[in-house]
Amino acid sequence: MNYVLKRLLMIIPMLMGISFLTYLTICLAPGGPAAGIMQDFNPKVSSEYKQKQLEHFHFDKPYHVQYFLWVKRIVKLDFGESYKDNQPVLKKIASRLPKTLLLASLSLILTFLLAVPLGIFSALKQNSFWDRAITAFVFIGFSVPVYWVALLLMIGFGIHLGWVPVTGFRSIMADEMTRFEQILDIARHLALPLIVTSLTSLAGLSRYMRNGMLEVIQQDYIRTARAKGLPENKIIFKHALRNTLLPVITILGLSLPDLISSSVIFETIFSYPGLGRLTYEAAMSRDTFLIMPTVALGAFLTLLGNLLADVCYALADPRIRVR
Amino acid sequence: MPLAGAQILFFLLTACSSVSQTKDKYDPTKVDLTPVNGGSYVEASISDASYLNPILAKDSASSEINNLVFNGLLKFDKSLQITGDLAESWDVSHQGKTITFHLRKNVQWHDGVPFTSADVLFTYHMLIATHTQTAFGEDYKLITKAETPDPFTFRVTYGEPFAPALESWGMGIIPKHIYEGHDINTFKANRQPIGTGPFVFKEWIPDEKIVLTANPHYFRGRPPLNRYIYRIVPDMSVQFLELRQGSLGGMSPTPDQFNGYPEFFDSYNKFHYPAFRYDYVAFNLTHSLFSDIRVRQAISESINRQEIIDGVYQGLAVPATGPFPPTSWAYNPNVKVPAYDLEAAKNKLAAAGWIDHDGDGLLDKNGKIFEFTLTTNQGNKVRESMSQIIQNSLRRIGIKMDIRIVEWSVFLKYMEEKQFEAVLLGWNLARDPDCHAIWHSSNIGKGQYNFVTYKNTEVDQLIEEGRHTFDREKRKNIYQKIHALIANDTPYAFLVVPESLPVVHKKYIGVEQAPAGIGWNFEEWFIPKAWQTKNELRS
Repeated sequence: MNYVLKRLLMIIPMLMGISFLTYLTICLAPGGPAAGIMQDFNPKVSSEYKQKQLEHFHFDKPYHVQYFLWVKRIVKLDFGESYKDNQPVLKKIASRLPKTLLLASLSLILTFLLAVPLGIFSALKQNSFWDRAITAFVFIGFSVPVYWVALLLMIGFGIHLGWVPVTGFRSIMADEMTRFEQILDIARHLALPLIVTSLTSLAGLSRYMRNGMLEVIQQDYIRTARAKGLPENKIIFKHALRNTLLPVITILGLSLPDLISSSVIFETIFSYPGLGRLTYEAAMSRDTFLIMPTVALGAFLTLLGNLLADVCYALADPRIRVR
Repeated sequence: MPLAGAQILFFLLTACSSVSQTKDKYDPTKVDLTPVNGGSYVEASISDASYLNPILAKDSASSEINNLVFNGLLKFDKSLQITGDLAESWDVSHQGKTITFHLRKNVQWHDGVPFTSADVLFTYHMLIATHTQTAFGEDYKLITKAETPDPFTFRVTYGEPFAPALESWGMGIIPKHIYEGHDINTFKANRQPIGTGPFVFKEWIPDEKIVLTANPHYFRGRPPLNRYIYRIVPDMSVQFLELRQGSLGGMSPTPDQFNGYPEFFDSYNKFHYPAFRYDYVAFNLTHSLFSDIRVRQAISESINRQEIIDGVYQGLAVPATGPFPPTSWAYNPNVKVPAYDLEAAKNKLAAAGWIDHDGDGLLDKNGKIFEFTLTTNQGNKVRESMSQIIQNSLRRIGIKMDIRIVEWSVFLKYMEEKQFEAVLLGWNLARDPDCHAIWHSSNIGKGQYNFVTYKNTEVDQLIEEGRHTFDREKRKNIYQKIHALIANDTPYAFLVVPESLPVVHKKYIGVEQAPAGIGWNFEEWFIPKAWQTKNELRS
């Protein structure tokens, strides 16, 4: 427990560094932190208005003063307001984060559930037709652009078959449905995004699983187990699997940040109201106060993913726990 | 597994032939066309709204909602004439300095409170208050006195006559009883508005949808449609798929979507008409290359506008002749599209001293070749292809044009500091033709919109006269003169006026195209009883 606590505390200075680097990047980008305000090019928007906005957000001050003012407010847990609509940044993030986490965790689970059996199967039937076929399939899924696959699936399953809705998180009339219908409705909307996100991370994980299994079944203790006359099932699923899973768990934890960052793309395609889209829109409209915490949050989730991977590792491997 | 993959792929390729037979389903001659209540209109938008408060909103998404929830005192009718909205009538007196609005008496806010002149005065005070983060305060700061003689009269006095004031009073009026005593910039009513308009705000789920419902007490009568739903779909190709699925009432596709995939439009009516905008190449008139009017005219004449219309807009644009689009009453029909005439262009350049002395195919003068940089902003495919067409056009008359594509903020900085030779841009225009900000010589300062430094005393005078004149026919004369003068001076090479391309589902009856576009009578659109379905929105 001490170990976890120590790791958690380490996150604080790291986040400070990340926020500083983010601010530095924003300052180095053309227009600096004020770019979002100066972006209007409309004869009805006067330069007096822009000047007023600059002063309101303190963008007329030197960069280091701006950063200092930002940090000063953060300490009081005031993350400021979005330039676009004056909404508290925290509120915006809080309404999107759960949806992104829901999709990310479901996708992780699905990937895990698919990758493990695929990997084991490939390893046991090494170099067979099915092994090669699976390899080809997962690599195709890994290589083709997410965007393209998403559109194809939308056309196929959404439009021609009409099985699932094309976009969104729930139907327009969701509030007139019963609770059960609502859950079913969200599930239908999640189907395509889930397939797309799992498809891309399936390749890596199933390859790790396959190679791990191949390595383990050549170990001496597996030979010993076979020599003892243990049934093959027990050898594979009890002795080999546990050892193979160790690296896979690490990879799984590390793929959380990947999912968060790729959410920028597929959330936009699927009109999914999550954090990725918020981040993307903040960056595009140069909404400084919104960019800062979303980037920091992405970094935090990455660190958390690492930590989670380590903790899971410890749970799965008694040798680490003892140490 | 790969077999299954191949099957899916095969299926996708073949399934395209299963086009549903909806062509004859929506035939208006076979259905009872008496307006009935019911049904919804779902529209897709690329981005979410920001403020549901007309004073604060600058983006088009917010404006679209605000236009349905709020009313101004005046509005434009279908032929772009100014007509009464919350004001029943208005009169202009004291040589145009005073405007008196006579307000409607039967109007109430969505919460039942009666609408009075106090609300108008309050809106005015909010517009000019220094702490209000509004971008639109300038027009209202010209007012020297605003008063409410009685609950249904509102009178404003300007320092000098200001005709664009009438358009400015199209600004949505906000309720005093809701906002009073709160900070207008952050008050929660900005996200759950109360207005006087045909539709009542119901809910806003950020990044998903905004829902409005019909206002049963609307002063012009309840709109037939039960609901207006604004869905946020941030990708154009995905919006188009939604259209194919029939889940949208309407959208504005891109030119290639509009022209391609006829099966996508089985149940939609397509419209196209020139938008209130134009694309142009602006010359930096303080730059030695472009101070000569012959050079600017030559460049304008050597750009093949038809090539831009066909190549970039797929035929869905018309040539621009000057600072007003063809749908504006200020447009001067006598001004011709600059003739695409390379010989004439070459002659003009030769008269200005630009001749190909050394036979390298490039014009030169005093040993220097004619070379300049056209700057445009990143991320706009239309402008990128347009600049290539222009580059090609100019090469034919011996001008070397380099293209520089920069990020928007950098671009604005270059313009602000006049560090450019020529830029490729577009203007979205207001319906009132007052163009003081763009063409008057008093607006050439840093960060102002006459960034090309255009100075023509005759135009200046006409612009001022146009602002002082209320009579529409007289104003028309003035702006048509301005159109001709600016077109001749060629401070911009006016290129094309792109078209608006809305499509609307065939089940909506009452959609009518007019100079104002198609949305002007949205509150009258309805779905015939026979075409109303129970679960229209469940798909």
